[in-house]
Amino acid sequence: MSRFEGSASYVATGELALAVNAAITLSRPLLVKGEPGTGKTQLAEEVARALDAPLFEWHVKSTSKSQHGLYEYDAVSRLRDSQLGDERVKDIANYIVPGMLWRAFECERRAVLLIDEIDKADIEFPNDLLRELDRMEFYVYETQTLVKARHRPVVFITSNNEKELPDAFLRRCFFHYIRFPDAETMERIVAVHHPGLKKALLAEALAAFYRIRDVPGLKKKPSTSELLDWIKLLVAEDIPPEALRADDAKASIPPLYGALLKNEQDVHLFEQLVFLNRRAGRPG
Amino acid sequence: MLIRFFLMLRAAGVPVSVTEFLALLDALAQGTVPLAGPPDKGTAPPERLTATESFYFLSRAVLVKDERHYDRFDRAFAAHFRGAEAAFEALLATELPADWLEMRFALALTDEEKARIESLGGWDALMETLRRRLEEQKARHQGGDRWIGTGGTSPFGNAGYNPEGIRIGGEGGNRRAVKIWERREFANLDDSVELGTRNIKLALRRLRRFARQGAADTLDLDGTIESTARRAGLLDIRMVPERHNAVKVLLFLDIGGSMDDHVRVCEELFSAARGEFKHLEHFYFHNFVYESVWKDNRRRHGERTPLPQVLHTYGPDYRLVFVGDATMSPYEILQPGGSIEHWNEEPGAAWMKRLLASFPRHAWLNPEPQDRWEYTPSIRITRELVEDRMFPLTLAGLDRAMRSLQ
Repeated sequence: MSRFEGSASYVATGELALAVNAAITLSRPLLVKGEPGTGKTQLAEEVARALDAPLFEWHVKSTSKSQHGLYEYDAVSRLRDSQLGDERVKDIANYIVPGMLWRAFECERRAVLLIDEIDKADIEFPNDLLRELDRMEFYVYETQTLVKARHRPVVFITSNNEKELPDAFLRRCFFHYIRFPDAETMERIVAVHHPGLKKALLAEALAAFYRIRDVPGLKKKPSTSELLDWIKLLVAEDIPPEALRADDAKASIPPLYGALLKNEQDVHLFEQLVFLNRRAGRPG
Repeated sequence: MLIRFFLMLRAAGVPVSVTEFLALLDALAQGTVPLAGPPDKGTAPPERLTATESFYFLSRAVLVKDERHYDRFDRAFAAHFRGAEAAFEALLATELPADWLEMRFALALTDEEKARIESLGGWDALMETLRRRLEEQKARHQGGDRWIGTGGTSPFGNAGYNPEGIRIGGEGGNRRAVKIWERREFANLDDSVELGTRNIKLALRRLRRFARQGAADTLDLDGTIESTARRAGLLDIRMVPERHNAVKVLLFLDIGGSMDDHVRVCEELFSAARGEFKHLEHFYFHNFVYESVWKDNRRRHGERTPLPQVLHTYGPDYRLVFVGDATMSPYEILQPGGSIEHWNEEPGAAWMKRLLASFPRHAWLNPEPQDRWEYTPSIRITRELVEDRMFPLTLAGLDRAMRSLQ
C-alpha cells in the first residue's frame, strides 16, 4: 500500500495528499477543482508516478460523449471492409476500438485514470458515466460482453466549473478544491522547479507576483504555472532582484510582465494603479 | 457524535447525503486519518497536519462536493467542534461568534494599545461598536471574503486594528493560530453572496447556457455517416440543433444614486455576454419606468426614447430584464406626477403594465438583499407588478431568473 505525499517535482499540501490518499484507500474517484494553473492535471501524472502505476489520460472536449471513453464501434471501416470482401468483417469484435476507460480496466496492475476537464462536455456526460465509475464495469452491446475492471483504477477528474455537475455524480466522488497557494507553499513550489534560485530574487519575484494578484479587478489573475514561467524568464534574462522592487522609482511594472498579465486591459489597469500610487507618493 | 455533526451540516445548508456520511465513516474505519497521534516519522509529510486538521480535510473531501459550500461547512464544523448548540444559534444569527473577536483582540493587542482602548471608553464599549460596525458593513458590502471589512473604522484604526495588519495568527511559527475552518477563506465562493468580479465569470456561464436555446436544426454530417454505415450503407439522415444563439434580451437598468455600483456590475455582466445573445438592447431609467427611457446616460435629457416606441420596435420574443433596487417612495410608482425628476402624466405602474403585456417573459433582478424586500413597500408593490418574478442579484438568483425567462 503506497501513500501519496507529493514528489520531488510536485508540492502537495497536506490537505491535498490527504484527499488523494482517502480516494485511493476507498477507491473512489477524486474530483479536483481550482483556479487554472494550480496543477490539477499534473496531480494525476504525479500520483501515477508515485504509485508506479500506468496513467491513462482522457481529455474531454465539447464534442466528447461518454461512449468515447468506453469503446467505439468503427462502423465505417466495417462497411468498407465488407465492400472489399475482407475476411475480418465477419467478426464484429475487430471493429470495437477500446477507449481510455476500457484500457484502464483491462490493465494488469492498478492504473491511474485521468478524466480531464469533465465540464467541457455535454451536460449529460457525467450522468452517463455513473455506473461505469461506481461499479467499474460496462457492457459492450455489439459483442454482448461485460467488461469489468481487474483492479479498480484510481480515478482523477478535473473541472473548471464551466458546468454544474449533477448531484448523483458528485455523491460518488470525493472532492478537493485546490486553493491558490499561499506565499510559503509557493516558495516550496518554486524551489522544486528552480532549485538554486537566489533567495533575493525569489523573495522579490514572489512579492511582485502577489502584488499583481492583489490588484482588484484583473480579468485574469496570474497563476502558479505563469509564475514559474516568469521566473524562468527572469533567470534566463539575468534580471537583478532590485529591478523587481516596488519602491524603485523607475520600475513602472515588473519586467517581462507578459508572462503574468495576459490581456491589454489588465496591463493598462496595472499601469494606471502604479501611476496613481507613485503620484500619491507611496510605493506601489 | 458524528451523527449530530451530520445533522448540523444539513441544517447549515450543506447538501450531504447518507451515502456520503457512510463513506466518511468507512474512511475513518480504514484509517485514512491518523486519529491517534501523528503518523510515524519516517514518512512525515513536509506539512504536518494535526489529527483534527486531518479530520477536517478528510470530512470536507468526502462530504462537500462544491467549493461554494466550503464556507457553510467551515461554519458548521467550527460550531460543532466548539461543542455548544447555543454557539451555533448565535453563529447563525450574527455570523460571528463574539468570543472569537475577543480572543483575536486579546492576541493581537499590546499593553500600550490596550491602554488606549481603555481611554476610548473601555473594552465592552469598543466591542459593541465593532460588532455594530460589522453588521452595518455586512449590510452595505455583503462582500463575504473580508468579513471584517477592510474599511478600518476610526476607533479601531487608533487601536491598531487593521484587518490586513492585525496579526491574526501571523507571528512566526504560530502559523496555525487561527484554525483553518475559522479563516473562512471560501466565503466568497458561496453562491448566495452578491456578484463580485470573481463571480461574474460564473454568472456569465449561466447566461451563456440560457443563450444557447431555441436554435434550429442542421444536418449532422458525422452522425449521418455513422448511422448510415451502421445500417450497412442505407442512407440515414441525422439532424442536430444548430449551435447558435436565438435569445433576444431587452435590458432595463436603474441608474443614479445608490444603484450606480450595481449597474456597473450588471452592465459588465450583460455586455460580456453580448456576443452570446442574438440581440441585446439596453435602456436606462431612474427609479421606475415612465413614458421615456434613454440609452446614453450622459445625454439623458437630450436623447430620450419614448416608451411606446420601445414597445413597438421590439417583438414579444424579446426577454425583458430589469435591474433595479426598486427602493423608492411608493408614490413614484402609483401616482401621476410621482416621479422625482419630472411631471409624469401617468403613473409608473401603468407604463410597467404596458411593458409587461408586450413582453410576457420578464424578470427583475434586485441587488438589495432578499430578506429586506418585505420591509420596503415599493419593493412589495414592484414585486406584485412583475408577478413575483423578482430575483436577488446573486448567482443563485440569476440562475432562477434565467430559468423563469425560458
